[in-house]
Amino acid sequence: MLFMESFEMAITALTANKLRSLLTMLGIIIGVGAVIAMVSVGMGVRKNVTDSIASLGSNMLIVMPGSSNRGGPRGAAGSMQTLKLDDAEAIKKKIKNIDYVSPTVSNSYQIVNGNQNWNSSVTGVVPEYMAIQSLKVSSGSFITDDDLTKRNRVAVIGTTVASNLFGSENPVGKNIRVNNSPFKVVGVLESKGQSSVGQDQDDVVIVPLTTAQERLLGITYIRSINVQVSESSKMDQVQSEIETLLRQRHKITGGKEDDFNVRNLTSLMETMTQTTTMITLLLGSIAGISLVVGGIGIMNIMMVSVTERTREIGIRKALGATFQNIMTQFLIESIVISVIGGLIGIVLGIGISKLIAQFGNFTTVVTMLPIIVSFFFSVGIGLFFGIYPARKAAKLDPIEALRYE
Amino acid sequence: MKTPTIQLAGIKKIYQVGDQEVAALAGIDLTIHQGEFAALMGPSGSGKSTLMNILGCLDRPTCGSYKLDGEEVAKLDDDSLAKTRNKKIGFVFQNFNLLSRISALENVALPLVYAGIGKSERLEKAREMLDSVGLGDRADHQPNELSGGQRQRVAIARALVNDPHIIMADEPTGNLDTKSTREIMDIFEKMHGLGRTIILVTHEPEIAACASRQLLVRDGLITKDAGKGEVMEVV
Repeated sequence: MLFMESFEMAITALTANKLRSLLTMLGIIIGVGAVIAMVSVGMGVRKNVTDSIASLGSNMLIVMPGSSNRGGPRGAAGSMQTLKLDDAEAIKKKIKNIDYVSPTVSNSYQIVNGNQNWNSSVTGVVPEYMAIQSLKVSSGSFITDDDLTKRNRVAVIGTTVASNLFGSENPVGKNIRVNNSPFKVVGVLESKGQSSVGQDQDDVVIVPLTTAQERLLGITYIRSINVQVSESSKMDQVQSEIETLLRQRHKITGGKEDDFNVRNLTSLMETMTQTTTMITLLLGSIAGISLVVGGIGIMNIMMVSVTERTREIGIRKALGATFQNIMTQFLIESIVISVIGGLIGIVLGIGISKLIAQFGNFTTVVTMLPIIVSFFFSVGIGLFFGIYPARKAAKLDPIEALRYE
Repeated sequence: MKTPTIQLAGIKKIYQVGDQEVAALAGIDLTIHQGEFAALMGPSGSGKSTLMNILGCLDRPTCGSYKLDGEEVAKLDDDSLAKTRNKKIGFVFQNFNLLSRISALENVALPLVYAGIGKSERLEKAREMLDSVGLGDRADHQPNELSGGQRQRVAIARALVNDPHIIMADEPTGNLDTKSTREIMDIFEKMHGLGRTIILVTHEPEIAACASRQLLVRDGLITKDAGKGEVMEVV
């Protein structure tokens, strides 16, 4: 029998019992909708995490001083004062496959402009910092090599600092006081918004590293060196080269403990991605259970439908319908339920994830994959749970079926 | 000589009831030729319905040979039987057996769906058929909007639409009033006149009297085989 005939029969049968068809579909609608909405939440979490790690820069190694352990009590990580600007220079010169090396120091200070003041984090950096953190300057310029060598009192400020100290005025060219010493604002950064952990990335003041060390902090060591490796496959190699080089420079021999740590952000990113993928899968499969329950609903209704229409099946068989004909008719009916349910479910799922994003203040990411997968899964469920009732219908004995009251 | 339309030899149908075997048909030999109008009569439980089901290819005999147009059908599988029913046999039932959700026209066209005929041709043929039973103006009505007689005429149109040469009618007038019964029997006589083979199951002697041949079934055997006009007592 032609496919179109079966399809028409299925539509006739489904419209004859509109409420029942709708309720049956509801199982699939909720199932598909839940899968799409839940996966979009999971993907949202994943996007947040990867974005926040990516904002630190990709292929990043972070070199930090080790903890001080002289004289008994051990200090916090990074409390050693052994990491110097020269170490950063040496890494840059001696190790291959490196794009940027960016040593930093930072501290919190009161920033003053006239009668306005604001407490912000002041970071001493080298010019490479801009590229490595993918920063952009919206007006003015960034720190230059010249500023670094001359220990110039210049600063680049974030938009939060700018608006708090200058209001709507353009701060470029104006002076601010950082810890009571005057600095000239040479640039304002383009806004980066909040980080995923809720930190305001625009609440920053950036000054030349040397200026920060000598004129603000009065120190000779640095707090961390960010190293951007050119290729992710070279990460491990570069990491061990840096470790060897620094052990050499710091004259650490044999089994002695390092006075520094090299951290690999890519491995952190991989772990986080794995974790969030697990979360997404978990959410998706919990929602998937409701899809299976919906499928059982289809099976249940199809069984009822077959029993109710025993006589119809008998008539069709007497008129020449084969096993195949009846099977196709009932299978198409259950597939039509699941396809329509699936389509409505997709719309519902996208709608829900938009609502969560709108009112739940939560990032959701709707992607094609869960839509396609859950749709075809629902069609598969219609097929799977439709087979048994359809077979039951097709196997009916025509005489018994005609006699059925 | 021409191949008989229906040729039964030693047809038995045995049902297993508990550990007892009950023979609904105890060995029937019967030959029906093209163009015959045969009435099957018999009290209930005589096996006439079972015989009808086997003749209509709805059921298979336990043993024996059934040649339809010279072709052995007793051993055919379900799908081949379905195709045989579709092509060669038209059914008319006591309770009409129309599908209630679709129109009279679609009901008539139903056998053509399973014959694999395209939609427009299907509906055209069905319309012609409805016209020929005098229901052309009721084509779009659903069965429950029609009277009993009209429903049975729709059922006859459906039986005839795929142009089968055998019509099997199981108590076709059992649920109808006298006037409708007359109309239906007229149609059967007209079909007979056009050369179709008609097998009619009935327990009313007056109906059977219309047939050119009357067969009495009793206890799974044909006990009497008489010509037209003779009024048989069933009991």
